[in-house]
Amino acid sequence: MSISIHDVHWSAGGLMIVNGISIDVAPGKTLGLLGPNGSGKSSLLKLICRLRNVKSGVIALGNTDIAGMARLDIARRVALVEQQATTEAQVTVLDVVRLGRTPHRGPLSPWSAADDKAVNDALRHVGLPERSGQLWHTLSGGERQRVHIARALAQTPSELLLDEPTNHLDIQHQLEILSLVAKLPVTSIIALHDLNLAAMFCDNLAVLHHGKVVATGTPEQVLTEDLIADVFGVRAYIERSAHHGRQHVHYRLD
Amino acid sequence: MVQPAVMGERWWARLALVILSFVVLGFMISLAVSIGEISIPLETTAKAVSNRLFGTAFELSRIHQGIVWDYRLSRALLAASAGAALALSGAILQALLRNPLAEPYVLGISAGASTGAVAVMILGFGYGVLTLSTGAFIGAVVAFILVSALAAGAGGGADRIILAGVAGSQLFNALTSYIVTTSANAEQARGVMFWLLGSLSGVRWPDVYLAAPVALIGFAVSMFYARALDAFTFGVDAAAALGIAINRVRIILLGATALMTAAMVSIVGSIGFVGLVIPHAARFLVGPSHGRLLPASAIIGAIFMVAADIVSRIIIPQQILPIGVVTALFGAPAFALILYKARRPV
Ligand SMILES: Nc1ncnc2c1ncn2[C@@H]1O[C@H](COP(=O)(O)OP(=O)(O)OP(=O)(O)O)[C@@H](O)[C@H]1O
Ligand SMILES: [Mg+2]
Repeated sequence: MSISIHDVHWSAGGLMIVNGISIDVAPGKTLGLLGPNGSGKSSLLKLICRLRNVKSGVIALGNTDIAGMARLDIARRVALVEQQATTEAQVTVLDVVRLGRTPHRGPLSPWSAADDKAVNDALRHVGLPERSGQLWHTLSGGERQRVHIARALAQTPSELLLDEPTNHLDIQHQLEILSLVAKLPVTSIIALHDLNLAAMFCDNLAVLHHGKVVATGTPEQVLTEDLIADVFGVRAYIERSAHHGRQHVHYRLD
Repeated sequence: MVQPAVMGERWWARLALVILSFVVLGFMISLAVSIGEISIPLETTAKAVSNRLFGTAFELSRIHQGIVWDYRLSRALLAASAGAALALSGAILQALLRNPLAEPYVLGISAGASTGAVAVMILGFGYGVLTLSTGAFIGAVVAFILVSALAAGAGGGADRIILAGVAGSQLFNALTSYIVTTSANAEQARGVMFWLLGSLSGVRWPDVYLAAPVALIGFAVSMFYARALDAFTFGVDAAAALGIAINRVRIILLGATALMTAAMVSIVGSIGFVGLVIPHAARFLVGPSHGRLLPASAIIGAIFMVAADIVSRIIIPQQILPIGVVTALFGAPAFALILYKARRPV
């Protein structure tokens, strides 16, 4: 397995926020993490790259428990795009994407051709190569999101964690970013709110509710009318799309 | 493309910039040595320095030789070290705390260092064991821990640390005043008050032997962590996700900041505005990347402080103004100008 999470607990502020989660993701696969606000998606992603330490349970990358890994070794493998991360500094797009090379550079080693290639590829993947000189605070919300994704790609990770990466993106870029991530030869976990996008782009889904996994499997197995009613409190009608062959969720107001 | 005013992407442009700034610094120090109540020609200055450094035997009056070497050169070098160290401290704190207002003076570190120094000097705390500088260092560290704890208790965050720093400064300044008014005799009190506004009078070579290495070590340490400081751009979690050992980096760099501040405060008193203004000026010139920002801050800080010392000695005839007054008089408008120049397009 590329990422395996076994019976992980994490609490904060006296509350059990991640409450016994076990999930495995095979190399190269894309896992969609679904669940209502506050169900623990962001918390789980932070645990996977050890920004927080688990209270109990094991998270492993390959066969290595991350608890015993150096911070730098984790960062060389795992890249995270946070839900909201901004800065007051007068940095340019290029400055931000270059940050992705940090774990691959020593404190004194010069900028290399490999660094340059990773940064340029990343900028191209998110469609912003011409914007490299623009200042961060002049970017639109969606452009900032794409710059963060480029920064994560420049980190050349083998595991990519994305926390609601399609927030703020227009529909064209939502589709572009998700198909890019699905195509990349990396293992990814994507926290998402759009069930239809999750069904279209993810190999597997895991649904969180109150810090527990309530369903896992392929989109066909997971996305059922009952589950959506139980977890999200919404009535839905689900069919297989005649256009792309994946599950499609219609919401019902009656 | 928006670019900082002076980028120097090409190596020779960067090298030229480094050489140029050292030439300016050297020139400023020569000026500082030549200007004063007794004005000494630059040529005499050069001869006096060469006599001491290279053992040459130019004919000079004893007095000139003494003024140049024993009084003014040591004083100018100390001003340069203090300026560099304070500006570096400001640049480091602004990056680590992600707050453009952070600097040793605003955060109460200078005030804490003053209290520590005064406690040793007047109350005789740990007398014989603790030197003035160690007293100042302990004061600086205590102040920083207290201010951080206060900020954390108030919910953390980039603005809380400044509020906590203001409270901390008030507290430590009050403590210092309390010690001075209750325990110092009149002469001590006058000396201390002058020194709390920052003063380079009475600086001698042994002070330089402390200040210059501290500034150099502070520079070397912060340059080693320049990329780590860049990684803090999007906050602590983002830095950690980029593989930065955040606790180690924070402890080492905050320790270096406390050490630099304490060393300078124990010698020249607390001098405001340098730590705040200089990093902003440097950022305006070379951009936010710390590999360039830190050296630029250090050298501009050094030049600024030597210039401020010259001004403090000549602005009022027959009188020396506390250097902290000069840095504030020039720093405040300069800061306003920088804010105006660097303002965001709305
Ligand atoms: N440090 C903390 N202290 C207290 N509570 C916390 C902390 N971190 C997270 N929580 C709580 O844990 C719960 C899960 O948070 P998390 O951010 O993981 O949710 P999420 O599934 O990502 O939600 P969203 O869809 O809104 O992004 C929330 O109720 C949140 O308030
Ligand atoms: Mg979240």
